[in-house]
Amino acid sequence: MNLVSLSAPRFWVYLALLVLFALVPPITQWIDNSYYLDIANRLVVLAIAAVSLNLILGYGGMISFGHAAYIGIGAYAVGIPAHYDIDNGFLQFAIAIGASAAFALVSGMICLRTRGVNFIMITMAVSMMVFYGFVSIEEYGGDDGLTIYYRSNFGSLIDLSDDVTLYYLCLASLVVAVFIVYRIINSRFGMVIQGAKGNEARMQSLGFNTYRYKLACYVISASMCGFAGALMGNDTGFISPEMMDWTRSGELIFMVVFGGTGSLGGPVLGAGAFLLLEPVLEGLLNAIKEGAEVYWHIPFGIILICAVLFLRGGLDGLLDWRRKR
Amino acid sequence: MAGVILEVTDLYKSFGGVAATDHVSLDVREGEVHAIIGPNGAGKTTLISQLSGSLRPDGGRVVFRGTDITRMPPHKRALGGLARSFQITSIVHEMTIRDNVALSVQAHAGHSYRFWGNARKAKKLTEPAMEALAQVGLAEKAGELARNVSHGEHRQLEIAMALAANPTLLLLDEPMAGMGPEESVRMVEILSGLKGSKSMLLIEHDMDAVFSLADRITVLVYGKVIATGTPDEIRANDDVRKAYLGDEDG
Amino acid sequence: MDWTLLTTQVINGLQFGVLLFLLAAGLTLIFGIMDFVNLAHGSLYMVGAYFCATLTYWTGSFILAVLLAIPATAAVGFVVEIVVVRQLYRRDHLDHVLATFGLILVFNSVTQLIWGPDGFIVPLPKWLQGRIPLFDGIELPTYRVAIILVGLAIAAGLYLVVTHTRLGMRIRAGASNRDMIGALGVDINLLFTLVFAIGAALAGIAGMMIAPINAASIGMGDGQVIVAFVVIVIGGIGSIRGAFVAAILVGLIDTMGRSYLDSLFKLVMSSQNAETSAPAVANMLIYIIMVAILAIRPQGLFPPKGR
Repeated sequence: MNLVSLSAPRFWVYLALLVLFALVPPITQWIDNSYYLDIANRLVVLAIAAVSLNLILGYGGMISFGHAAYIGIGAYAVGIPAHYDIDNGFLQFAIAIGASAAFALVSGMICLRTRGVNFIMITMAVSMMVFYGFVSIEEYGGDDGLTIYYRSNFGSLIDLSDDVTLYYLCLASLVVAVFIVYRIINSRFGMVIQGAKGNEARMQSLGFNTYRYKLACYVISASMCGFAGALMGNDTGFISPEMMDWTRSGELIFMVVFGGTGSLGGPVLGAGAFLLLEPVLEGLLNAIKEGAEVYWHIPFGIILICAVLFLRGGLDGLLDWRRKR
Repeated sequence: MAGVILEVTDLYKSFGGVAATDHVSLDVREGEVHAIIGPNGAGKTTLISQLSGSLRPDGGRVVFRGTDITRMPPHKRALGGLARSFQITSIVHEMTIRDNVALSVQAHAGHSYRFWGNARKAKKLTEPAMEALAQVGLAEKAGELARNVSHGEHRQLEIAMALAANPTLLLLDEPMAGMGPEESVRMVEILSGLKGSKSMLLIEHDMDAVFSLADRITVLVYGKVIATGTPDEIRANDDVRKAYLGDEDG
Repeated sequence: MDWTLLTTQVINGLQFGVLLFLLAAGLTLIFGIMDFVNLAHGSLYMVGAYFCATLTYWTGSFILAVLLAIPATAAVGFVVEIVVVRQLYRRDHLDHVLATFGLILVFNSVTQLIWGPDGFIVPLPKWLQGRIPLFDGIELPTYRVAIILVGLAIAAGLYLVVTHTRLGMRIRAGASNRDMIGALGVDINLLFTLVFAIGAALAGIAGMMIAPINAASIGMGDGQVIVAFVVIVIGGIGSIRGAFVAAILVGLIDTMGRSYLDSLFKLVMSSQNAETSAPAVANMLIYIIMVAILAIRPQGLFPPKGR
């Protein structure tokens, strides 16, 4: 899907969402309940990770079942220095991006020599190895994880110890991330990536060394995801290997696909669906029968299956229903 | 005589003991249209695939403009001036006609590690693309999604993509496959328009097209070359008659 | 040399391998023939275990329960194929992943609704409990040996069906070249439904057999299905023989690895390092092996001809 130009009504829907997100802090302050800020912050950070995965998965056709590893790397890039009382934000975030990029370069060189289901399995295997690796390092908490007490310190530039400030940093990062993906997708580089997704043999035949371009795309995507991981570490204050489990990677894939692969806003919608459907469905079930909310996975699973069966193009595709295609 | 730009020597490729390409030797001269004909299963596409690089030969040599490209990966051959069109249409269905051809232009316009500028607005890419589309008569459909146009138009797109690369040698694998009579006539016009300015190695089944376009013809049967020569020589050749054209008039 | 430990681990490894095979066999057929990524295979494993548990309580006989639970699980697979899976064959693998992920959620939750959140222990008949004495005081747990024998019998049975029957021939043809069997006039819909139901039954049998050891619990198959995918990728997608070899290999290596890796490491590194790194590597072992095999032989150990 090349629906990269933001034309109404899609544009207006996303603009409205952005405004809504921007208003979350004042609203939560007004109703004096920080729960909504928490959820919104988690949503925004997961959305950045989903946006990064969409770059290689939705646009590039590379189904990575190990992307959560970069969230973990990014989070530990904040956690491990903090463990040694180093809270310099510039350093932490630089490590988050740098380590993610380096790891992606090495693992990408191995994984991208395979395709299809082998690629899926190898990306998953690589992320599981990172997972087990961190589990075994007792020094950084191992299985129990690492708690950090100070958020990243950026000096006088920005004070992340304030939840609202952190939230706006995350939100701004999301907007920038989407914009970066937008530019990349429409650029020459993006054309090669999308062409390789559509017909890799043909692209090679035309003269493109698709392996190199896919590798570059993979590294970019991983770096963005590592950045999201660093934000997540700051947000939750608790970093554990569980963040990189294959089920987390599965959840990211869920967000991208449910939201609509190959669309700019889809991953954001997917992240929202992932986080918000739970409380919504629980509320509905509870209203029908006390105690029924425990089984919210039943309507959730059914919604998922129906979305796959009937919604081509995911949630973002829904936004096309109003116009004739 | 014009120089030789492609020289194939003793090329050999077998699949599970069956030789699909059985010690094939041929050459293509600059500016000529060299056609390859042969019955189904003769190994024509296998041969072209080894020339374009998507298949590795088991033995033999391919030399293009003086360079041994036998083991060169496909993208390097393309960058060296070799362009190929596919028998079974191989395009990017999710993109527009123009996008597909622009990709071909882009491959030869330096590296593509450009992340910022909008590729669809780059005149350096779109103008040559539109030229190639005009050459094959597909300019009005430039904005259509590739998956939405007809089979014949897909074949034209294949040629446009090959042309847009400004190649030294065109490898055309059954450009007229699946085309109706009018579309075939139009394709022959397009190809004869290119005669002389572009060297071509052309696989085709359509005998009218072959005999009107080709400067030389090579006949391939069961992976072996049984004859190479001018159209007249081939028409008169007994072996060819028996193996391929049958005993009726060729 | 601790022979007791060695025999125990070999038996455990073989038993694990045999159960993995039952899971992997169905999975490799479903992926190989229908090109369908069935993450919900673990749910069928779970359903088999729960049906068996309930039937054991109702009938008082474990064996009878197993015999009844097999067609019941196959029936569940049958329904799932017709209602959901069949609509998705022409779709992307990603759509399969998402839809079967939804199925996992529904299955887990519905199971919890019907049976409650706690697991179910399945009691074994007296003659399956206990041990078989070998020599030198070494004894083998009767039930685990029974699992291995049953698993091998099923593997042999599958082999016979696949190589000596019409159905098996169609299955093999489908695994090599899906498009051809349609062209050859085979009723594709029926074949696919049958393959899915057989796969479900096999997964269910695996669940039933593990239930007396591990108890039937919610989500018990979800982690196993990933290991099963590793097995079929190593074995070669679409190949039952490959699934068998790979499953036994993975079962043995994983089990023995966990027991012996730290001793092995202690031979080459300090005791402290060995103790920290061995558990991590033991966990990663099957993934490392998979990556290594794919690097040398990307199509797996025994890919069906034509792939």
